Parts: sequence; structure tokens; C-alpha cells
Amino acid sequence: MAFMRFVGKTCGFLGYALQTACVTHCAFEYVGDFVMCSGPSMEPTLQTNNVLFTEHISPRVQRLRRGDIVISRSPSNPKQNICKRITGLPGDRVRDSRLYGPVPEGLIRSRVVCRVWPLDKITLLSEY
Amino acid sequence: MWLRSVCKSVLLGVPIGITFLDTIGYVARVEGISMQPVLNPDSKNTDYVFLSRWSVRDYDVRRGDVISLVSPKDPNQKIIKRIVGLQGDVVSTLGYKTQYVRVPEGHCWVEGDHTGHTLDSNTFGPVSLGLVNARAAYIVWPPSRWQRLEAKLPEHRKPFLEKQ
Repeated sequence: MAFMRFVGKTCGFLGYALQTACVTHCAFEYVGDFVMCSGPSMEPTLQTNNVLFTEHISPRVQRLRRGDIVISRSPSNPKQNICKRITGLPGDRVRDSRLYGPVPEGLIRSRVVCRVWPLDKITLLSEY
Repeated sequence: MWLRSVCKSVLLGVPIGITFLDTIGYVARVEGISMQPVLNPDSKNTDYVFLSRWSVRDYDVRRGDVISLVSPKDPNQKIIKRIVGLQGDVVSTLGYKTQYVRVPEGHCWVEGDHTGHTLDSNTFGPVSLGLVNARAAYIVWPPSRWQRLEAKLPEHRKPFLEKQ
């Protein structure tokens, strides 16, 4: 009897864990997530170890604009993410994106909304 | 009371469903003739394939795999092609701007099986592995066409020089 109760409790806990994992996955994949950036490429706007809140809605509905800071998969290594500013959209003439050339829009994962860490440097990083 | 419990199960069920489709895989309809004769052999009946997201979770793809990827031209469109070359391979192209291309790091060379009737790397060049969406593992519908999709490349489309 005690064993049955143990099995029941375990199943309940596993179900709860599964639900939580799935809700978290959906929130991070479709709504927004937190990203820690490293490297000097976006200085002076962003410094190493800043934590950013990014939203995943604009890239999905293609409301990206010039000047937006975005998180994209690296074209040369899909397991790595890069954080850059959009300087040109299809049809524009630019001289940037120096190392990669134009990046396919399909690689862009999210748009940076604000910096949340360090606490004394909380700022909005998007223009609308 | 019943309304509340329906709402509750929908609210909990939808995220579980979405997560399943995102991590395990889903079934999609194949449109177009670019993969003939393997997919859509006669244009009247379209095939449905199971796209495995799980098998590309680490971007491990092999030469010959049929994969679906986000079109490098239009992020709203998914295309289905076969992988011909991986990073470091030298492929001989069919009508690309150069006769031979070394596939850059983190990229692959994809082609449709139906040469001449497909928009593939011979038009838009090597594609980044980050655009790979899933591997087409099985044809699941119509039932008479049920089969596993094998990783195979015709002898004349093997890369000119394979790395690794």
C-alpha cells in the first residue's frame, strides 16, 4: 500500500516537472528569454556579462527594423549565438556585417529589449 | 465547473503539445516537384513526411540526409532538400557561379533530387547549418507510400573531395 502511494506520488511529481519544463520551453521559445552576452563586439552599448531580456515575437512576425539589436545564430557555428545590431534589411546597401556578409533572416532568434543586469545599468535598449 | 477544468487542461495541454512538436518532430506536407522521384513521384498525390527535430538537435547531419530548412531567401518558407556536402567538402556545382565550391565552416550544400527543377544551393550557395529545421525520416502518408527515407547520394553527386 505504501509502495502504491510512493508510485502515485512519484508519477504526480514527474507530471508536474514535465508540465513546468514544457511551459518554460514555450515561454523561452515564443515569448522571451534572458541572454548573457560576452565579448567586446557590442561595446560601448553592451559590456561583457551584461544580462539582456530578449523577445522572440518580432522576428517571428518580421517586425525587425534597422537599429534593432538582435540575437542570431552564428552563420559559421549554429551552436553559438551572436549579438549584433541590424544595419541593413533586404534591399539595403551596406558595408557592414564585416566577417559574415549578409545573415539570412531565418537565423535571427530574438530582439533585445532591455538590459536587466547589472542592476545599476538597467536600460531599455529598443526604440519602441 | 466543467468549463474551468476544460480551460485548465487546455492551458496545460497546449504547452506540452507545442514542446513535443518542437523537440520530437511533426508531420508536414511536401509541396512541389523538387525532390522527385523520392517525394511526390506523381504530382497528383502529395506525400506527408515525418520531420524529426530530435535527430538534428545537435546539428548532426550526414551527406545524403533529406532535411527541411528555413529558406535563406524567405524566413517564412521551409524547403526540403538533400544534403550533398558538409563543411570543408569541395562540391562540383551545377550552374553555380563557380564550378567548384569549398563549403565554408558551419555550412552545408543542399540540392533537390530533381535536377533542373529545384531551387537549391546551386542558386543561393551554401547554407548555414543554423537554418536546418528537421530531418525528414519517413514518408507517413499515403499508407501505400510508407517508407523510411534513406541517406543516399547518387554516385555522380558525391562531393568532389570529402573532408573527414
